Amino acid sequence: MKAIRSIIKKEVLSYFSSPIAYIVIFTFLLLSGFFFYSLVSWFNSVSVQLAQNPYYYQQININQMVFSPFFNNLSIVLLLMLPLLSMRLFSEEKKMGTEELLFTSPLSVTQIITGKYLACLLILLIMLVLSAIPAALTFIYGNPELVPFLLGYLGLFLLGAAFLGIGIFWSSITENQIVSAVLTFGTLLLFWVLSWVGYSAHGLWQSVLNYLSFFEHFDSLTKGIFDTTDLVYYLSFAFFGLFLTHSVIQSRRWR
Amino acid sequence: MIETEHLQKKYGDLVAVKDLSFKVESGQIWGLLGPNAAGKTTTMRILTGFLPATSGKAAVAGYDVFEQAEEVKKEIGYLPETVPLYPEMTVEAYLSFVAEIKQVPKTRKKAAIDRAIEISGLAAVRKRLIKNISRGYRQRLGLAQALIHNPKVIILDEPTIGLDPAQIVEIRQLIKSLRGEHTVLLSTHILAEVTQVCDGVVIINEGQLMSAGRLDELTSAYREKDGVYLRLKKIDNEILNLFRQLPGIDGAAQEGEEIRLEWDRNTDRREEVIKFCLDKQLGLLEMRSLALTIEELYLRIVSGGVEQ
Repeated sequence: MKAIRSIIKKEVLSYFSSPIAYIVIFTFLLLSGFFFYSLVSWFNSVSVQLAQNPYYYQQININQMVFSPFFNNLSIVLLLMLPLLSMRLFSEEKKMGTEELLFTSPLSVTQIITGKYLACLLILLIMLVLSAIPAALTFIYGNPELVPFLLGYLGLFLLGAAFLGIGIFWSSITENQIVSAVLTFGTLLLFWVLSWVGYSAHGLWQSVLNYLSFFEHFDSLTKGIFDTTDLVYYLSFAFFGLFLTHSVIQSRRWR
Repeated sequence: MIETEHLQKKYGDLVAVKDLSFKVESGQIWGLLGPNAAGKTTTMRILTGFLPATSGKAAVAGYDVFEQAEEVKKEIGYLPETVPLYPEMTVEAYLSFVAEIKQVPKTRKKAAIDRAIEISGLAAVRKRLIKNISRGYRQRLGLAQALIHNPKVIILDEPTIGLDPAQIVEIRQLIKSLRGEHTVLLSTHILAEVTQVCDGVVIINEGQLMSAGRLDELTSAYREKDGVYLRLKKIDNEILNLFRQLPGIDGAAQEGEEIRLEWDRNTDRREEVIKFCLDKQLGLLEMRSLALTIEELYLRIVSGGVEQ
């Protein structure tokens, strides 16, 4: 554990001593702030209009009208931002020759991968916590439901964890960070649009495509429904990414 | 302390290291010598556990490199050809990170960092960012990270490459100071480095062992003739002929302003030569041994001039 902690510390330090973490966090917060503001504004104007009709006014739900689309928007922003966080993890070590230091130290490959992965999860966590601050203000001025709100953030975190799992895998393939980011981005987009193909497919094929799509699983979490299938899906995706990374590193050294 | 047996490494069809066997005794400094692409870096990477060998055995500090990789990694300090540095870290933070991943106990970490900084002469830059320090300091930092956990075995891949002459001398001094306490294997193609720093040498070419042994043993093994260079007040054919008639002398020839005398390498004719010069009043000014230089040795071995 101590060894993993050293890797996390070094990675977090690296993130914050280059502009990349600041830029990713700043852009993410800017966009999340913008989405939140526009959704709340829209919600306000709709509320004012519907206030004249008591029946419709009863139907207004801030969770569905603000948070659910907010989480959906943030999931796309994460898809665009997280490849930029994961692209350097192994690519940079390879390019700088520092992988020789890591892999000739007494640390195991698993410890190194875990340390690096946890470091970018930590950055993801920081991003999400900061983006939740304005959203949390709605609890002071309104009465949204807490559980769907928390589940939405859990969903974003799990989604991000899966994205980073794929990102770390691609960064172990190449020493070029741009290539790593583009391949991660491509893979994430592919798994995103799988559900589109799923709509036009039939039978088993449709359910397989829908199961594989990132956003089918995310939808239910944003609606406040917690299903262990979704949890298992995201965790196995992340784990699969880490497993592939481990295999790539081992095979490269054994080739 | 370092031992390889029939080590082989293939990259696809390319054989980088072929049937390599050698042994380095504890506390000594040995050079791994060879032209570019001879397999030096690959051999070092195998010894450090960075790359697995295709076949053969390697042991470091009594542990098998393949079976007990983790133990080997604890006992080894390694400076790769590209110094593995994180430019965004300070010298101190970098050494602290290396100490942690090399599993230096927390209680000894600070002392280990201070020691590595002192030995490597990094005190002046310890708080500076690595990206802002000079190449010489970076190389020293590379050495410092290899030494930080006080390993039994230190493997240095071209430790003086890209340094200016003054820095080269400093780094060589530093490496020499490791003799006794540590076993060092360093690769280089600077031949003078070997004579100045190393006790023994392993010469490889195209992945194959050409020769290995203590320097003095090798130079005498590869010397065909023994002899001396003489500097006299005056040299002419008559004097050369006088030397040629001396018993036991196989050859006398003028080389520049000196006479080169050769005799069988199992005998020593120096005393007789001096006596002869004095008797004949030839005006002897200087006499030096006809020792084989490392350059001659290397060229003979690598170009196949002499078979072992």
